Amino acid sequence: MSKPGEYENISADTFLRGLWEENPVFVMLLGMCPALAVTNSAINAISMGLATTFVLVMSSSLISIFRNFIPKQVRIVAYIVIIATFVTIVDYLIQAISLDLYNALGAFIQLIVANCVILGRAESYASRQKLGATVVNSFGSGIGFTLALLSMGAVREILGAGALFGVSIMPAGFEPWVVMVLPPGGFFVLGCWLILFAWDKKRKQEKIGAASGGCSVGGHA
Amino acid sequence: MNDSLFTIFMNAAVVSNFVLAMFLGICPFLGVSNKVDTSLNMGMATTFVMLVSSAAAYAINLILGELGIEFLRLICYIAVIASSVQLVEMVVKKFSPALFQALGIFLPLITTNCAILGLTLFQTSREYNFVQSLVFALGAGAGFTLALLLMAGIREKLELAKTPDIAQGAAMTLMIGGVLSLAFMGFAGLA
Repeated sequence: MSKPGEYENISADTFLRGLWEENPVFVMLLGMCPALAVTNSAINAISMGLATTFVLVMSSSLISIFRNFIPKQVRIVAYIVIIATFVTIVDYLIQAISLDLYNALGAFIQLIVANCVILGRAESYASRQKLGATVVNSFGSGIGFTLALLSMGAVREILGAGALFGVSIMPAGFEPWVVMVLPPGGFFVLGCWLILFAWDKKRKQEKIGAASGGCSVGGHA
Repeated sequence: MNDSLFTIFMNAAVVSNFVLAMFLGICPFLGVSNKVDTSLNMGMATTFVMLVSSAAAYAINLILGELGIEFLRLICYIAVIASSVQLVEMVVKKFSPALFQALGIFLPLITTNCAILGLTLFQTSREYNFVQSLVFALGAGAGFTLALLLMAGIREKLELAKTPDIAQGAAMTLMIGGVLSLAFMGFAGLA
């Protein structure tokens, strides 16, 4: 993690960190509300992810530019006003591009303001780093968020409606699991993904543990 | 909207429960729901902030409508919520230091609870009048507290149970949330 007064050089890790190691949804458990609410189809998930990415990158850049002018005491309020401005822009933009999408996402476009992923990036990264690094890092986080949403939306749409991006892909005899597109499905799918990641992590740790254990035994011999 | 007050209350509290059916306020639902008494306090503080923000949002919406600058609604609402949380914090600190200690970090975190912003946005889009807005806020707060209490009760019992290593923590909480959400779907069509 970055320390105050220390600037990070832009590297591949600046971007990739947000995708995997610090994935907002699966690892840091931030932004759960939109992750559960709008992932009932892949297309909703991807549009929500991109809208959030836009707000994230734009507000982080602005905060990074003004980081030396914003007084420390009122920084949270300043961040929230900046974020709310960009959310308002996105809100009107989506309304202009596709009314169907606007109705499907509902209040959750405006609720991007309360998404802790964005405030978290602002507080822990954008307020301390230069513009370039901030843009790359927040873009990585945004893409990580989008991918997490997509991986939930895809599972829920395939199981719940037998389709992906609206195209039917399951065999004709497939009975859709309607519960997957309803609210409980969101909880179940995210729970399953977290279990899967925990299992993967545990297996890796066991592998490392076994390897280093073997080395130390060899050393003694 | 001409719904009766009772319908609005029941609708917000159980039928479309803010946490379990509309996915608002999931962060405190996952984070603060490990003990029954802290979740009760959290629920009450949130309900209070909801009532204050709801009244303030109603007034602000009137002013914005009068001036024809509705596009500033979101910015105004979030500013109002942040300041009412601050206000609640000061009042609680002044009049009941014990409660202030008990709530601790949870108080300022209410600002980023999307249940409150969601509440003010919904009451505007459904065009509730002043009394309806307050009842809606009360119902939403009751629903939020109910969901938190249910989850905390289950999690307290679950600590004594053997769960697989990989399913501990957030994953288990989400699974229980799914079951609770299924149970709340049974209320659909009630009001």
